[in-house]
Amino acid sequence: MESSSQEKIIDPVSVRVEEIITPPKRHHWIIDLFIQLVKTKPLGAFGGLLVLGMVLMAIFAPVIAPYDPNAMHGEKIVAPPSMTFFLGTDALARDMFSRIAYGARVSMTVGLGAVGLSTLLSTLIGIISGYYGGTFDTIVQRIVDAIMSFPWLVIMLTVMAILGPGQLNVILALAIAGFAGASRVVRSAVLAIKESDYVMAAKAIGCKNRTILIRHILPNVAAPIIVLATLGLGNTILAEASLSFLGFGVPPPAPSWGRMLSGDGINYMLKGPWLAIFPGLAISAGVFGFNMLGDALRDLLDPKLTGGMRLRR
Amino acid sequence: METAQTDKKPILDVDGLDVKFFLRDGTLNAVRDISFALYPGESLGVVGESGCGKSVTFLSVMRLIQVPPGKIQATTLRFDGTDLLKLTEKEMQQIRGNRISMVFQDPMTSLNPVLTIGKQMKEVIKLHLKLKEPELEDRCIELLTKVGISEPKMRLGSYPHQLSGGLRQRVMIAIALSCNPTILLADEPTTALDVTIQDQILRLIRSLAKDLGAATVLITHNFGAVAGTTDRIMVMYAGKIVESTSTPDLFKEPLHPYTRGLLKSIPRVDKEAQEKLFSIAGAPPDLMRELVKGCAFIARCPVGDDYCFHHLPPMVENRPGHFVSCWKVSHAA
Repeated sequence: MESSSQEKIIDPVSVRVEEIITPPKRHHWIIDLFIQLVKTKPLGAFGGLLVLGMVLMAIFAPVIAPYDPNAMHGEKIVAPPSMTFFLGTDALARDMFSRIAYGARVSMTVGLGAVGLSTLLSTLIGIISGYYGGTFDTIVQRIVDAIMSFPWLVIMLTVMAILGPGQLNVILALAIAGFAGASRVVRSAVLAIKESDYVMAAKAIGCKNRTILIRHILPNVAAPIIVLATLGLGNTILAEASLSFLGFGVPPPAPSWGRMLSGDGINYMLKGPWLAIFPGLAISAGVFGFNMLGDALRDLLDPKLTGGMRLRR
Repeated sequence: METAQTDKKPILDVDGLDVKFFLRDGTLNAVRDISFALYPGESLGVVGESGCGKSVTFLSVMRLIQVPPGKIQATTLRFDGTDLLKLTEKEMQQIRGNRISMVFQDPMTSLNPVLTIGKQMKEVIKLHLKLKEPELEDRCIELLTKVGISEPKMRLGSYPHQLSGGLRQRVMIAIALSCNPTILLADEPTTALDVTIQDQILRLIRSLAKDLGAATVLITHNFGAVAGTTDRIMVMYAGKIVESTSTPDLFKEPLHPYTRGLLKSIPRVDKEAQEKLFSIAGAPPDLMRELVKGCAFIARCPVGDDYCFHHLPPMVENRPGHFVSCWKVSHAA
């Protein structure tokens, strides 16, 4: 009892300071990130909502879609939107809404797959090439030059011609066409950061090269990588559409937004504008959503930028 | 004092250290055949103009010079009995930050901006002392308290940009001292700081190093910085040591014309404001080009003559413990 009464004698000033300094609440950093996103970046949050919508649509396509995406509904060719067919039907009398819902699967798989692969490749190549430098860097960069000197469509068509059609091959082709330029951007960021004092300081405390690459360089080039990846997602969805337009995309009858837009969308644009409008809207929403979300994430995750999130441990 | 030092074995023994950089435009001989020793627990100041090789000397000791284009050669480069030049990169990594650590010039850029202070401190301690979590955090808090940072627990979660320059340099010192190093190298630790903070930081480095029994090397171009905090001073010019003696001795009786010039050029409060500042005429020689055979200071030396131009002055012990490399001085004494 005596000790507790002694503890009560505390300088009131220090108590006030303690109250001010102690942060009010601690969440997991992902929850913190979410709160900050909604609070400070409404446009980014909207983008995130679009992306979330797309992901949900892709996952729950069988639940959302009222019909089989490839089922033909007899005479209902190029039917306008109605209560039975929310977004109308295409030239083969297939329900557009079901096709768009299932198309989200194709777009998300191809988009995330290709961008994931290309980001992985470009980060790995860019970081190693930039950090170690020397002859290795020179050789790698000349190869990158060679890849970049081809128009991307030519590379993609070549890869598709070699590999043959198929969804996985589309992912590979898009990744190969995209990684070279991105790796150059990553490398240039690494070149600047490897000369910084904190990398020297990391060496001076006895860090291994691998530790320096992963702990000190990678987080500092994360901002351009995030931007590249999100911009890349938009571009990849478009590129997949272009490939489909040229007949090299995800093979039919799989519903691809790009093919819907470039096939029936163009052929029946005047007769049935919904055939072009709805796949087009889906593509734009996806591209816009990813770009906005990526932009906001970059701002929030980079503690150097003002308005950057003060993530506690 | 000198006799006390000769009794001890030097912790760092450097003989004939020569550092060259092979660049596109030619070879830069940054450090030219220098020899010195650092004794356990002592505080050594290294003074010289920008580009005289003072930083390169100690970066070479830590083998932090990129090879190539750099090349480090030495007859002896021994730390605590081990030849540093013979160690593999991996063995060297176990010495860096652990037995020899370094505080850099600019605290604003030498902390990684995307990692919290805590993460950066724990990195070193985990690496060398192999501590696990509760002890790890305790150690960090203890270190931050030692370097005089209030609310250490909260600071561990801060990012570098949330701290002031002085606080960041304190964190750097805490990191450098975290594994109880034998030698602490401080490369212009106060150049980027306010004058009021400079003094605090220098005192902090010295007192903490003394507590640990670590030898400190203070690299600076500021005589004021070395005056109060070092036992011995080494003056460098154009990649060579020109004078080396105890701190009081150097200020009382500088022998080399370069040291005299440097000391004379320090602005003083008690002099007339109108009086022109003393300066050493000319600029240090271009180390990319072939230097004269003799003394490198000859072009700016007020007392040098033709003999100095052709003959390299040896390092001579002019008085017990006072080494100087100048023909004029050696002969005079």
